[in-house]
Amino acid sequence: MKVLVPIKRVIDYNVKVRVKPDNSDVDLANTKMAINPFCEIAVEEAVRLKEAGTVSEIIVVSIGDKSCQEQLRTALALGADRAIQIDTDQSLDALNIAKLLQKIVEEEQPQLIILGKQSIDSDNNQTGQMLAALTGMAQGTFASEVKVEGDKIHVTREVDGGLQTLVLKLPAIVTTDLRLNEPRYASLPNIMKAKRKPLVIKPASDFSINLTARTKLLKVTPPAQRQAGIMLDTIDELIEKLKNEAKVIS
Amino acid sequence: MSILVIAEHDNTSLKADTLKTVSAAQKIGGDITLLVAGFNCQEVVNAAANVNSICKVIACDNQAYEHQLAENISSLVVELATDYEHILAAALTTGKNFMPRVAALLDVAQISDIIEVVNSNTFVRPIYAGNAIATVQSLDNKKVITVRTTGFNATETDGSAEIMSLDIITDAGISSHISDELTESERPDLGAAGVVISGGRGMQNGDNFQLLDGIADKLGAAIGASRAAVDAGFVPNDMQVGQTGKIVAPDLYIAVGISGAIQHLAGMKDSKVIVAINKDPEAPIFQVADYGVVADLFEALPELESKL
Repeated sequence: MKVLVPIKRVIDYNVKVRVKPDNSDVDLANTKMAINPFCEIAVEEAVRLKEAGTVSEIIVVSIGDKSCQEQLRTALALGADRAIQIDTDQSLDALNIAKLLQKIVEEEQPQLIILGKQSIDSDNNQTGQMLAALTGMAQGTFASEVKVEGDKIHVTREVDGGLQTLVLKLPAIVTTDLRLNEPRYASLPNIMKAKRKPLVIKPASDFSINLTARTKLLKVTPPAQRQAGIMLDTIDELIEKLKNEAKVIS
Repeated sequence: MSILVIAEHDNTSLKADTLKTVSAAQKIGGDITLLVAGFNCQEVVNAAANVNSICKVIACDNQAYEHQLAENISSLVVELATDYEHILAAALTTGKNFMPRVAALLDVAQISDIIEVVNSNTFVRPIYAGNAIATVQSLDNKKVITVRTTGFNATETDGSAEIMSLDIITDAGISSHISDELTESERPDLGAAGVVISGGRGMQNGDNFQLLDGIADKLGAAIGASRAAVDAGFVPNDMQVGQTGKIVAPDLYIAVGISGAIQHLAGMKDSKVIVAINKDPEAPIFQVADYGVVADLFEALPELESKL
């Protein structure tokens, strides 16, 4: 079984983002970038399925300029077999990303597509579901456990009240939640090996999709800062303040 | 303009998040229709009819919608979509699951997690885990939107809207529900509670979370946790408050043994009053707390419980 894992290059999760002084966007100049943490979990899950003998080939794909090859190489070092970069300088809405991925799905015909549930930059949580809609596949979002059984996949999902388990017909789409697995670190020999694995570049313009933006970013501002409050010495003082000053308990 | 709001429910009760989503719809302005898709969900339909400022309730009662499977709900919404310029749902796990599917089927973008309505095509939403706030304009003629419900007040429920039953069955037949493993609790929902008390890694283990029980009982509070506490296996994932867990904004939030990672702050910093109890005076949580107490939680919690 072939599995496709779309991944995204984003700001490293340890870096605190700054808003540009002109409020046009966030400032990513000279910022450390990394593979989106949820995408890394997706790669790890694919690798585990391959190690378990369920999956025969892992293809990773990323959409962006050539800098995202760095993240594709990371995924190859983690265990993916080959990579595709869809080359574009444009910043694309999730719908346009899903349309480009749909073309790769048509070419590669994977039985399973694993994506991160959201990227930690735009926080949209859309691409996997949109790709499922465009390909007509079933979706198992926010997965904390997956099990392939014959031509079906069991997906346990993290939902508001607890966990929900669904069974989906393959081919299907899974999006990862945090507790699906803990990604491994790439070993040095694997990092070296990854440099020789195939990476194909396809210009986005080759797919003849109308990639016109559907949304316009008008401004980006820093969030309202909460003022630090007061430090209290005793629990008695705390109860007194909550009762008489904040009036949130009686 | 016409707006379709998809009700959040569990086939027995209408969730308060729906009332907040309707309030976001009111800010957009227009005739609001509430869709209740479920199975044996008459009580929800009746409750939906009482929501103020809506014109009508569309009820689709069929087994295909029992578990809100994204494949089935999205096809239903798309069938109904022609009549509406805006389609809204709460940004909870159900809406987050099926709404992007609706958007893609309609060939429009989705605006996720809005916290403010500027006008009928412009919305405010947090990005980068709440470290930046974006104002976004939709250029599509139809707008698919999920609403972060902590950003809106619940609308009143003393109305009486017309109920229209529709017999549309959209069963894609590619997914089915196996089981739910829902956390049983006598306490209020995290998202709806007026008071939330959360524990972090400082709780040291799952058993110690019982120290929060007595206080939660006295305050009628829900109990939450930081991602660190969930990742350490102290408590189940549905208790997680944070950017990737639940977003809460209660009147009172008490953070115990939580250092205050950005991830956690993104999930609770809109609370009205924040209390932090931590033994580390340098913990970043104190920078957002209205009241901070530097103390060992194993002494502070029993004292707080006994004195409340």
